[in-house]
Parts: sequence; C-alpha cells; structure tokens
Amino acid sequence: MESLRKFIQCIVTLLSNSYLLFPVSKNIYQGPLKVICSPGLNCYSCPASTTYCPIGAIQQLLLGIRFSLETGAYLFGAYVVGTIGLIGTTTGRISCGWLCPFGLIQELLYKLPFGRKREVFPYLRYVKYFMLIAFVFIFPLFLTNDWGMGKPWFCKYVCPAGTLEAGLPMLLLQPDLRATLGYLFYNKLFWMVVFLVWSVNTSRPFCKTTCPLGAFYGVFNKFSLFRLKLIESKCTDCGACAKVCPMGIQFNESVGSTECIMCMRCMREACEFGAIHLTCGNLSLTANQRFTKKKRVISENDAVI
Amino acid sequence: MKQKPTEKAISKITVFAFIFFLSLFIFGVNANEPKRVLEQAWNICLDCIGIG
Repeated sequence: MESLRKFIQCIVTLLSNSYLLFPVSKNIYQGPLKVICSPGLNCYSCPASTTYCPIGAIQQLLLGIRFSLETGAYLFGAYVVGTIGLIGTTTGRISCGWLCPFGLIQELLYKLPFGRKREVFPYLRYVKYFMLIAFVFIFPLFLTNDWGMGKPWFCKYVCPAGTLEAGLPMLLLQPDLRATLGYLFYNKLFWMVVFLVWSVNTSRPFCKTTCPLGAFYGVFNKFSLFRLKLIESKCTDCGACAKVCPMGIQFNESVGSTECIMCMRCMREACEFGAIHLTCGNLSLTANQRFTKKKRVISENDAVI
Repeated sequence: MKQKPTEKAISKITVFAFIFFLSLFIFGVNANEPKRVLEQAWNICLDCIGIG
C-alpha cells in the first residue's frame, strides 16, 4: 500500500508538472490545462506546472475583488472554493496524503537518516488555521494599498513551495530577474530552508503547522464521503496506529481528526485487529483488508515450527 | 446495516456540504471565473514567488 501511495504521489507530481518545454521556451506553461485545480500545493508559477494552485488563485481573486465588482463581475473565488470544497467533501484530506507534490518532497526528506526524529510542538498545529483565515482570506481582502489592491500574503511572505518550485527555477531560467532580488526573496528563501531542513527530522512539518490547504481539507475529515472509521469493539487501544502515523496522531483516540491525511498506514501496516477501515458513505471498502496480518500469522507459525 | 443517529447526521452534513460547494462551483463557472483563473495562471506572479 505504501509503495502504491508513493507511486501515485510521483505520478501526480509529474502530471501536475508535465510541461517539459520550459527550458526551451524560458517561460511557464500557458495552455488550457491551467484551468484545472491542483489538488495539492503546487505553485502555478512553476515553469513546468500544468495546473493552478487553489491557494494562489483564491488570493489573486480576493486582492482584486474591488476592481471585479466595479466592472460588474462577481469574481470572489466561488469557482476555486467550490472546487476544493468538492474535493474536501468527497475525500477529506486524502489529497494531502496521496496527491500533494510538496507533501511528497517532505516525506522523501524525512527518509534521510540524519538526526533524531522528533514531533512538532502541539500548539504549532493551530498556525495553519491562522494562515488560512488571515493570510489567504482576510489580509488579501482588507489590507489594501491606495488603489484598493491587496497582496497575496501567503504566497508573498510564506509559501516555501512557491520558492522551491517557482522562485528558484525562474531565477535559473531568466537570469535578468536576479537584479531584482531583495528582502522579499531572502525572507521566502529562509522559510523554504527552514521547512526543508525541518522535514529531515520531523515528518511533514509544513503540513502539520502551516499549510492552509491542509487546514481547509482537514475540516471535512469528520464527514467526507470517503473516510476512515474505527470499529470500537475490535480496538484494543494498543497504540500501534500512532507508531506508524506520519502526522503523529493515534487514530482510535481521534477518529476523523483534522490532522489525518488518510495515508492508511495505520489500517494496512499497524492495526492487527482490523479495527480501522476505509468507508465510502456507509459502505466498507476494506473487506479483504488483512493480508499483511495473514503474512504475520504465517511467519509466526513458521517460527513455532 | 442500521445507521446510528450520528451517522445519519453526518450523512446529511456531507450531502449539504456537497450541494453547497457544487452550487458555488456552478456560480463561479457562470460568472466566468475559470477564464480569470486561467489568465492569472498564465502570468508569472513575481510578487508571489518572492521576486520583484
């Protein structure tokens, strides 16, 4: 299951960034596919990107909302929020675990065998809600300049995915841009380095603490169409699920947690009692769940023999 | 299988949320928002990537 998830993460990352002519064109992709929403965090100013980033698009629409309304156009992000709302309602935070390119980068960095592996300070997990509400919605909407234009606060001051996927590649592609570098770029570079280095000894620190898209999807975890459920009668509270969870949660104590990215490692690798199962509505999708348990039983029998 | 009352409530919330976001999506499409998103996505936002 874990190798399937990695495979899907890699395929989606490649599909979301499949414009391979950018070294020749020296520009970003400008085709019709960019009307499709990237389910994960993938900067749309990345030269190879073929989809739009919902977080970037919402901010862009909100910061120019006054001009839109003056011209009689009601462009306040309904299409974008509607799209990610539909993704969230259907799958909750599955996109974070299975489809997010920046999540994949963090997971690969965490595999590096350096330093002691640690967990994030619990209160830092609330920062992502502040990022979503303030940096994505309120600041771009209300903190405007003399001409009534806001700024894309999250992209401009925080987003490490933008620096990694778009800022640095654009500087390589268009050397003229290097003359314009200043405080803004070094601030973003700082945050990118912080999150990448942090990822080496902490699993998915950006997803846990800062990602506004993850915060948005997480709200749906309790009632999304696809979600993980616990069969309480089968749970022994052994804590095995917590040991494999990349988000550092114990599933049986926090069913439907906003932190759960539904990677399903708890279900497939940890729980030996079949207490966790994936459902679509009320339909269980994990009837043939415990092939790993069978393997374990066989190996135990072998050991006895 | 008989549904628990909480499960029924959750199912209702799921359906309500789905309809709400579908309506938002359709409103956005009718307001021609995809065209605006496309125009934005075609341009490099230097501000957004920390340059400029």
